[in-house]
Amino acid sequence: MDIYLPIAGQSVNALLIIVLGFLVGLLSGMFGVGGGFLTTPLLIFYGIPPTVAVASAATQITGASVSGVMVHMRRGGVDLKMGGVMIVGGLFGSFVGAGLFRLLQASGQIDVVIGFLYVLILGWIGGLMFLESLKSLGFLKTEDAEQTRPRHNRWVASLPYRWRFHGSGIYISPVAPFALGFLAGTLTVLLGIGGGFILVPAMIYLLGMPARVVIGTSLVMILAVSGVTTMVHAITTRAVDVVLAALLLVGGVIGAQYGAILALRIKPDMLRLALAVIILLVALRMALGLAWRPDEIFSIEYL
Amino acid sequence: MKVGAAPLFLALLAPLLIAADKPVLVPDISARQVQIRYSFTGAQLLLFGAVVYPGGRPPDRQVDIAVVLRGPVQPILVREKMKIAGIWMNADSNRFRSAPSFYAVASSRPIKDLLDERTAAIYELGLHNLQLSPGGGALPEKERRFEAGLLDLRSRQDLYQENSQGVEINGGVLYRAVITIPSQVPVGTYTAETFLIDRHKVVAAATRDIQIDKSGFERYVALAARRHRLLYGLTSVALSLALGWAAAAAFRRRF
Repeated sequence: MDIYLPIAGQSVNALLIIVLGFLVGLLSGMFGVGGGFLTTPLLIFYGIPPTVAVASAATQITGASVSGVMVHMRRGGVDLKMGGVMIVGGLFGSFVGAGLFRLLQASGQIDVVIGFLYVLILGWIGGLMFLESLKSLGFLKTEDAEQTRPRHNRWVASLPYRWRFHGSGIYISPVAPFALGFLAGTLTVLLGIGGGFILVPAMIYLLGMPARVVIGTSLVMILAVSGVTTMVHAITTRAVDVVLAALLLVGGVIGAQYGAILALRIKPDMLRLALAVIILLVALRMALGLAWRPDEIFSIEYL
Repeated sequence: MKVGAAPLFLALLAPLLIAADKPVLVPDISARQVQIRYSFTGAQLLLFGAVVYPGGRPPDRQVDIAVVLRGPVQPILVREKMKIAGIWMNADSNRFRSAPSFYAVASSRPIKDLLDERTAAIYELGLHNLQLSPGGGALPEKERRFEAGLLDLRSRQDLYQENSQGVEINGGVLYRAVITIPSQVPVGTYTAETFLIDRHKVVAAATRDIQIDKSGFERYVALAARRHRLLYGLTSVALSLALGWAAAAAFRRRF
């Protein structure tokens, strides 16, 4: 069933887009990630113009995270205070990201920078998560098992003005979650990703938040930042395709529900291992894309 | 003096008489307007018509027809990727001030057999004769490389087409050509030009306009995104929130 996208200016197979939305939604509900790191490259691969793909993926992330947030909210898995601090950081980050995006676009190096950042960030986070989950699953022997790890990262613990976050049961400086939100906001605009796959491990390993509230809180953060990003794109690039977003959403919101149900049945460490593998695969694909001769040597930019 | 006046007078009039003797093209298109709706996956246009010869008789030799369908002209920047330090990145760029967004040429025989290079360039017949107006004072060698890259890219997207057997001529009088427009063409006024070519010369030409426009819901959405940006953005966010909430509400019973 083909349907014409009014902003992208081309027709796509509606069923395919819905299925894509469903699969990404499934991941979103399971892992608490927005899934943008999969949607955006897949849409571009399908032939949607990159700006439209980035802008419309942001809309889909909003929808997929709403249902996720509601599920986690009911289970008490959201630290609203922590989420609020990160959202403020995220808003600042998204404006900085928009400025960077324009700068890079003008120089013509946006593709390379996006590809490079994807490989760097996904490879680093994915590798870290992969090793960590292998250790906790007992597949990998740890040498320093006896050594007691500090609850928080040393850098985070040294920051001033500590606040008490009751939802997470931790006592840290709000500067750390603010910086984390800022980084995620910048990446949302720049890479068309929700930043969830960075937030989730960072909240566990850097902030020392309990796994119980990590996914819900990161989803709240993603919800707010992706909403703002959609607005930023609607006003500046005018590339939000509401028909494309609706198709992605129909699949995405249903997928997110099944994902959240699945997440309750699977061991958390196993879940993290699966996410790590997916992230590493995307990073590998991106790295190959940078090094291999691209299909198109020439690209067209409209003036 | 009196003896020579009549032939001289005739000789002076000859070009005018011959001009009146030229054949005339009567072209038509299967659709003057193409509406882009939700189910639009591209369109097939039939460009057809007749050649009216003076005296009503076609000549004994074969005459040829070429039809061109072109979209609105856009200024574009073409970038070229190169491998630098192991990574493929945009290294060079060239500007084209007047690249047609769509260009399809169909002819009854290959263009190079129909016209000499200069004439073909004048009428912009054939992909390699497009006047792209490259800018920036680049070396001709670089310009050629970018032009080839642009033509190749758009040809593979079916935005530029060249079909040397695309025009069918019946009885030397009726002609028809089918041109397929892909779904990703921009909207605007397209022109369909028809050329009658006889003995390496264009003897008649005619032009028709075609409007390609979004209609109904698609038109409404495209306009809203341009004119009411804030409202459009808010609607998109509201839609995603509503759909997300609806799914969560629908699945609530499962817990």
